[in-house]
Amino acid sequence: MNATIGRLLLTRLVAAILTLWFVATVVFVITNLLPGDVAQELLGQSATPEAVAGLRKALGLDLPPWQRYLEWLWNMVRGDAGRSLVNGSPVAALIGSRLGNSLILAGITALVAVPVALALGITAAVYRGSIYDRIVGAGTVLAVSVPEFLVASAAVLVFAVQLRWVPALSQLGRLETVLDVVRTFALPVLTLTFVIVAQMARMTRAALVDVLSSSYIEMARLKGAGQARIVVWHALPNAIGPIANAIAFSLSFLLGGVIIVETIFNYPGIAKLMVDGVSTRDLPLVQACAMLFCGAYLLLVTMADVAAILANPRLRHR
Amino acid sequence: MEPLIDIRDLRIRARTAEGPEIEIVKGVSFSVRRGEVMGLIGESGSGKTTIALATMGYARYGCRIAGGTIRIGETEVTRLDGKGLQQLRGRKVAYIAQSAAASFNPSRPIMAQVIESALIHGLMDEPAAREKAIGLFRAMAIPHPETIGNRYPHQVSGGQLQRLMAAMALITDPDVVIFDEPTTALDVTTQIEVLKAFKEAIRDRNTTGIYVTHDLAVIAQIADSITVLRHGEVQEIATTPALLASPAHEYSRKLLAAAEPALRASPVTGETSAPLLRVSGMSAGYGLIGKDGMPAVLVLRDIELTIGRGHALGVIGESGCGKSTLARVIAGLTPASRGTVTLDGVDLAPGIAGRSREQLREIQLVFQMADTALNPKVPIDEIIGRPLTFFFGMKGAERERRVRELLDLTHLPASVRDRLPGDLSGGQKQRVNFARALAAQPKLLLCDEVTSALDTVVAAAILDLMVELRRELGLTTMFISHDLKTIRAICDDIMVLYSGRVVETMPAAALETGHHHPYAGLLLGSVPALRTDWLETTPAASLQVQGVPPALSSGGCAFFPRCPRAEPGLCDTAVPPLRPVPGGIEAACFRLDAA
Amino acid sequence: MNSATFSVHRGPMAILARLSRMIMPAIVLFWLAMAFFGHWVAPYDPAGIQDADLFEGMSRKFWLGTDYFGRDMLSRIIAGARYTVGISLMATSLAVTAGVLLGLAASAIGGFFDTAISRFLDALISIPSKMFGLVLVAALGASIPVLVLTLAVIYLPGCYRINRSVAVNVAALDFVAVARARGESTFYIMIREILPNMVGPVLADFGLRFIYVVLLLSSLSFLGLGVQPPEADWGSLVRENMPGLPYGAPAVIMPAIAIASLTIAVNLTIDSAFGRHAREGIR
Repeated sequence: MNATIGRLLLTRLVAAILTLWFVATVVFVITNLLPGDVAQELLGQSATPEAVAGLRKALGLDLPPWQRYLEWLWNMVRGDAGRSLVNGSPVAALIGSRLGNSLILAGITALVAVPVALALGITAAVYRGSIYDRIVGAGTVLAVSVPEFLVASAAVLVFAVQLRWVPALSQLGRLETVLDVVRTFALPVLTLTFVIVAQMARMTRAALVDVLSSSYIEMARLKGAGQARIVVWHALPNAIGPIANAIAFSLSFLLGGVIIVETIFNYPGIAKLMVDGVSTRDLPLVQACAMLFCGAYLLLVTMADVAAILANPRLRHR
Repeated sequence: MEPLIDIRDLRIRARTAEGPEIEIVKGVSFSVRRGEVMGLIGESGSGKTTIALATMGYARYGCRIAGGTIRIGETEVTRLDGKGLQQLRGRKVAYIAQSAAASFNPSRPIMAQVIESALIHGLMDEPAAREKAIGLFRAMAIPHPETIGNRYPHQVSGGQLQRLMAAMALITDPDVVIFDEPTTALDVTTQIEVLKAFKEAIRDRNTTGIYVTHDLAVIAQIADSITVLRHGEVQEIATTPALLASPAHEYSRKLLAAAEPALRASPVTGETSAPLLRVSGMSAGYGLIGKDGMPAVLVLRDIELTIGRGHALGVIGESGCGKSTLARVIAGLTPASRGTVTLDGVDLAPGIAGRSREQLREIQLVFQMADTALNPKVPIDEIIGRPLTFFFGMKGAERERRVRELLDLTHLPASVRDRLPGDLSGGQKQRVNFARALAAQPKLLLCDEVTSALDTVVAAAILDLMVELRRELGLTTMFISHDLKTIRAICDDIMVLYSGRVVETMPAAALETGHHHPYAGLLLGSVPALRTDWLETTPAASLQVQGVPPALSSGGCAFFPRCPRAEPGLCDTAVPPLRPVPGGIEAACFRLDAA
Repeated sequence: MNSATFSVHRGPMAILARLSRMIMPAIVLFWLAMAFFGHWVAPYDPAGIQDADLFEGMSRKFWLGTDYFGRDMLSRIIAGARYTVGISLMATSLAVTAGVLLGLAASAIGGFFDTAISRFLDALISIPSKMFGLVLVAALGASIPVLVLTLAVIYLPGCYRINRSVAVNVAALDFVAVARARGESTFYIMIREILPNMVGPVLADFGLRFIYVVLLLSSLSFLGLGVQPPEADWGSLVRENMPGLPYGAPAVIMPAIAIASLTIAVNLTIDSAFGRHAREGIR
C-alpha cells in the first residue's frame, strides 16, 4: 500500500458518498416536489379541507421544501426513515423484518451465479472462435434478451406445474431440513441466476479476450508456455480489474431481478415491500427502499473500483 | 553444409472479414546456415513478420499455415502437434518482439519472465536460471544487472526493456533467434545502443537468426544475407554486401534508393530578405494554468526561430521533445502561454479564436496520419473544396475547376473526386492532405511527420512532390520529423529540439561538418548508414550515453544527465543560451570547445 | 488448433448464421408493421369477448388461444404491439436524440459545460433502472406520456455516456483539428465533421437501448405499474393471464414469447449489422 493507492481509494470513497447524497436528493425531489397532494390522496376526495390541512401539518408538508429536505436527509443519515403512510408503523422496522430474506436470496444467487459465469466466460474466451464459444455466445444473447418474468414463468411451468418438484410460491418458515431450503429457494435462485449469469459471462469473456490478444500473451506462447499457465499465470492477473467490474455490474442487475422474482414468487423481501409501496404510493417506504438499493449498487461499484485499483501493477509498484 | 533453417514453398492464409480466405504468404522459400543471420526486409503487408512467426509453428489469430515445409535442424515444424510446438518454442527457437513494453506482462516482475522459458522447459533450477540471467544482463550492458530483475516492466525504460527481452530469448541457448523489428519503436539514439548489444550477443554466441525489419540500413549491420519480400513473395535473396552494392531486382533497387534519400535541390537561391515567420520567447504546454500563467505540463520553453520567405526549416527531435506541439502552437491549436508568433510582420493572437480568417488561411497544417487527417465520411472533392468555399466563397463549376487543378498539382487522377478516403492508398491520401492545405493558398505550410506513416518508396514520392510544390508555388515550409535523412533531403535549415528546448540551429549544408551540440552530434552519428561496417565505425557508438531524458526542468541543460561532455557545477545550474559557432551553426552548449 | 477454428465458417453453423441474418431483421420489421398497421389484420376485436372458454389452447379458430375473459389472444398481442413497440420506440428516440445532442455538444464545446453535464448524468447512472422506474411511477403515476418520459429519462444518462465517448474519440482525430485550425464554427464541426462518424455506434446503441426499454417497460407492466387497464401491452398481458399459468395456457406464455422474439431479433440484427463488438462496453 502506498500513498498513491491510498489517495485513489480515498477519492473513490468520497465520490461514492457524494453520489449517494446526489441520489438521495434526486429521490427526494422526485417523490416530494412533483405534483399531487399526498395528504389529499391519502384521505380521499371526500375529506374536509380541515382534515387535509391537519394531516399536512402532521406529515410536515406545510414546511418549506428545503427545510423538509434537510430534515429528511438528516433523518436518513440517522437511519430514521419515518413512518409508513399506509399502516403507520416505522419504515425501519418494516424493512428490518424483510432485509434478511432479500440478503439470503441475493447471497445464494451470487454464490451460484458467480462461479458458473466466470467458468463460462473464461472457457469461452480461451476457446475463442470455437463452436463452444459460439454456443455460449448465442446462449447468452438469448438470455439477456429475455424478460425475467418469462424465465420465472417457464421455471414454474416446468418444475412446479409439470414435474411438481417444488412449490410455485415461496413459503419461508418451514426451513427445517436441507430439502426445505432447496425447495424454497430453488426457483427464485434459478431464475435470478439465469438472468445475471449471461451478463457476467459476456463481460468476463470480453475482458479476457482483450487480455489474451495482447502481445505479452503471444510472447508467453512463443516461450513455450502451456494453455493453463497462460490463462492462470499470465492472463488472469491482468483481467482482475475488468472481471471485478463485470461481477459488480452483473450483481447490480440482481437488484433489478429481485424486484420481479420476489413479486412473482411472492417472496417476502424488500423488493416486494417496495413494489407494494409503489402500488399504494407509500412514499416514505419507497424512498427508504430506493436509498437501500442505490446504496447497495454504489457499494458494489465502489468495491469493483477498489479491486481494480489494488490489482493494477502500475499503481502497486511505483 | 546442411542449412539449419530450411523453408520451402511456405504458404500462409488469412481469413478476411467477409469470410473467404486469402493467401498472404505465397510460396516463400529460403534457408539459413548455422551461425548466420538472415534479414527479411519488406514494407507493410509484405508478410515478413508472418513468415518469421511461422518458423515457430505460430500463426496469429485468423491466420493459418496452409502449405509448405519448415525444417529447423532435424525438426519438421509443420508436422508438430501442440505438445511438440510447446517444446520447440522458447527452447529451440526464441522470439524478440517489436515492442518490449507490450511484450512484458505488466503484472509480473521482470526476472520471473526472463527465466520463465528455462523453467518451463526444465533446463535448470531457479537459482541457476537467475544466475544466468544476471550474466546475460551484464553482457547486454544493462545497468544494475543484479537488481533490475526485481523491477516491474513499467519501471524500466524502453531501450533497456528491449535488451532485457533479448536476455529472455537467450536464456535457453536456443538454436535460432527471431528478431521481429526489435528496434523500430526506439528513438535512433537508443536504437544504436540496442543494436550494439544485439550484434555483440550474436557474434559471441554464434547465433543463427532471422531478423525482420523495414529498415535496410539497420539490417545491413546485422544480417549476413537478405531476403527481399513484397506482397508475400520473395523478390530477391542475396548476401548483404551484394545486395547493397548491386541489387538485382528492380524492387530492391527502389528500396535501396528510398533508404538513402537523394538531396533534392532547394529552389531558394542566395540570402533572403525579411523572414516570413518569427517565433520568439515562446513557451507552451498542456494542463491547468498555474498562478504564474504557465500550464501544468510545459512542453516547449523559450523557443526562438525564424523561417525565411520560401525557405524550408526542418525540425528534428525524438518522441516527446515537443516538435508536434510546436506546429500546433504556430497554427493556434495550442495557444502559447508566453512569447509571440509573427507572420509576415504581423503578431498573431495565441489562439484560433483571436485570429482573423485571413490569418488562419495563411498558415496550413498537414498532419502525419492521412488516415485520421481526412474525414472518412466525406468525399474527396468536398474535403478539398471546403477550404475553397470557406476562404474564397467558391461554388459550383468554379470550385470544381479549382479542385481539378489541385488534384492535378498533387498528381492525383481526377477520378478520385467522388471517392471516400477509405478507397485511396496511403500515398494518395497524403496527397489529398496536401491538396486540401494548398487549396487555402497558404504562405506557410506546417508538415508534421508527413512521410513517417508511409512505406519508404511511397514516402520518397511524397518528398519529390514537396520539392516540386516549393518550386512551383514558392511555399515557405516547416517540416517536422524524427528522421534526419528525410529532413536533410528537402530542408534548407535544420533545428534540433531536445526536451522542449532548441539546442541547435544550422544550415543543412553544415550537417556533416562543424562543431555541433553534443546531442545533435549524437543524433547525427546515430542514424544508420547504408554500409555494413557503420556500427563499428560511427563515433556515436562509442559515446557512453545512459539514462533517459528527464522531465523538462529549468535548473540546467536538459541533456546534462546523458551528456559525455557535461561539467557538473556548470551545466546543471544554468540553461545554456544559443551561441554562434563557425559554419553558420548556433548551439546551446557551454562546452562546445571541449570536443 | 488453427484448422479447428475455421471449420465453423463452413458447415451447418454457417447456414444457420446466414439464415438468422435474413430472418432476424424480418421479425423486427414484422413487429414494427404490427405496431402501426396491426388493427387492419387482427382477426378479432382485441377487447371483444368471444364465444369461447377461458384460457383455451391453440386452435384453428383462435391461433394463440384465449385469455382469462375468453378474448382472442392473437388479436390482443397484435394490439399490445402498439403499446410495447410504440412506447419503447418513442422513449428510445427521445433518449438517443438527447444523448447524441448532449454528447456531441459536450465533446465539441468541452470545458466546464462538458464536466458539468458529465458529472450530473454519471451520478444518475448510479440509480438502478428498475428502481428509478419504480420511484418515478410512485411519484407520477403511470399514464402513457409519463411512461415514455420516465423510460427516456432513465436511459438518457447511459446513452449520453456512450455517445459522448464516441464523439470525444472522433473529436480527437486530426481532421477535426484541421477544421478548427481553418476557423470553422463549433456547430459546423459538430454536424459536419463529428456526427457523420458516429452513425454506426449511434444506430447500434439505439438498438440496444430499445431492447432495455422494452424489457423495463414490460417489467413495469408485469408488476402492474406500467400500462394500465383497459389498455394492455405485452407485459400487462402476461400479468393479467398469470392465473392461467398452472394450466400451461398459451395466454401467459405467448405474450412473453412475443417480447423475447422482438428483443432477440433486434439483438441479433445489431450483431450482424455492426459486429459483435458493438455491444461491448455499452451499459
